[in-house]
Amino acid sequence: MRRSPRRLFGLVWPPIVFGVAFLALWELAVKVFDFQPYFLPAPTAIWDAFTTNTELIWEATKVSGLNALVGLVLGAFVGVGTSFLLARFRLLNDLMTPLAIGLNAVPIFVLVSVFNNMYPVTSEVPRRLMVAVIVYFIVLVNVARGLRDVEAVHLELMRSYAAGDATVLRKVRVPNAVPYLFTALKIAAPASVITAFVSEYFGGSQNGLGSRIASNIALSNNAEAWAYVLGACLLGLAFFLSAVALEGVLTPGGVGARERDRA
Amino acid sequence: MSSPSTAVDGANAVEVRGLSKVFNAGRPDAVEALVDVDLVIRPGEFVSLIGPSGCGKSTQLRLIANLTEPTTGQVLVNGKPAKAARLDQDYGMAFQLAGLFEWRTVTKNVELPLELKRWDKAKRRSRALEMLELVKLSEFAGHFPWQLSGGMQQRVAIARALAAHPPLLLMDEPFGALDEMTREHMQTELLRICGETSTTVVFVTHSIPEAVFLSTRVVVMSPRPGRITDVIDVQLGSERSVDTRETEAFFAKVTEVREALRGFQPTDVEPDIEQVAEEL
Repeated sequence: MRRSPRRLFGLVWPPIVFGVAFLALWELAVKVFDFQPYFLPAPTAIWDAFTTNTELIWEATKVSGLNALVGLVLGAFVGVGTSFLLARFRLLNDLMTPLAIGLNAVPIFVLVSVFNNMYPVTSEVPRRLMVAVIVYFIVLVNVARGLRDVEAVHLELMRSYAAGDATVLRKVRVPNAVPYLFTALKIAAPASVITAFVSEYFGGSQNGLGSRIASNIALSNNAEAWAYVLGACLLGLAFFLSAVALEGVLTPGGVGARERDRA
Repeated sequence: MSSPSTAVDGANAVEVRGLSKVFNAGRPDAVEALVDVDLVIRPGEFVSLIGPSGCGKSTQLRLIANLTEPTTGQVLVNGKPAKAARLDQDYGMAFQLAGLFEWRTVTKNVELPLELKRWDKAKRRSRALEMLELVKLSEFAGHFPWQLSGGMQQRVAIARALAAHPPLLLMDEPFGALDEMTREHMQTELLRICGETSTTVVFVTHSIPEAVFLSTRVVVMSPRPGRITDVIDVQLGSERSVDTRETEAFFAKVTEVREALRGFQPTDVEPDIEQVAEEL
């Protein structure tokens, strides 16, 4: 199942070529049209800002990253827990689904202002709660579906084995839900990072990536702002790749392996 | 939990008496699937249920398996009520879909019924490997189902159905989704496996050659409401091979079953005048 280096190379070069070409074009455009730094800084300027401020960016990344991580873990655990109840009780599912849809329809970030009022100004808890809420619904909806949407033939087979509900849950529903959980985590991991630093726009300590982006833009330090955006991109990427790696480790032969094999 | 799954002495493998099944009984959309069916299957027989779509053959199999309850009538499996037989796991079952668990390796799939019977790990593993040898898939023991072809997956499903050595195997069009070549190969394999394990088989199909090749008896059923209209004995001997399909006896039986089924042409189709003229 291991991919050959040649195939891996074939998979990797198109995005790299595209990325380099894009950056070159950006750089060229800034030079040729002589864009002012407050309009659009050149990639080289952003890179300069990034390398000179590495320490500060790393500090801010740790704050936002920890908030995202705590929220992600909390939301995922509570989400998985509730999904069992949802799969078990049809009525609860019928009550929760419209709620989940409704919460997705409103700009749910405003909730962070509500949380901010509940805690001291410098508390990180409101942002973590905000992340947890976002992650919770992503995990809940997906895992509940995984627990419920099992193949009819599997249920008949288990009935022919005289298996009870608890056995069906353990042997069929839970393993069936595992790929759904990882799908949810791959969506929720980057979402948790975005939520963590967007939450910073709504007050509280000015120590994370989101507040640094906002304050640098306010001071017209555009290259610095973009350097923090780069940090945010890297953090989101790290979260996503961690979710993918976790899937690879925990389900070595599962659906993920099949998808990786097809890729 | 672990009541013996041995047959009651001298009991029939399957005994169906006055069996009827009405879906949605008492509602305007009620459907009479099966009416007044009697059938006795002795141990060691290979009985096919054949008929057009919607003749209740699958329903009958599911009633024998106690996957659904009869409206009236009685089903005995191994001399016990169907439900008791199911709880004792007196039968193995295979469906049109292999229905393997994609998160389990081939070996782990075959082990599942044994796991539910609380066999210990070593015993489970050795039986599973033995079954995989029987279906000639030993070298794929560690593979996952998605790495196997459709025919191989179906063989794993058969190995799983037979893993606990049940005296009875219930099969619902298990080869329906396979191509003709694989299908014929699987039929020969099934006969060999059932011969080696002396398993009684009830086999649902809508392929006439398949029913004739495999069975000791072919049960012909009418379209809805399903009834048994004919039971045809087939004696092609225990040593059936590719050549059997080209014998006079085989063709004669195929013709006999086809004629028994002929009464059930779809009545809502207007005869094509030109084609009738051509045939004349």
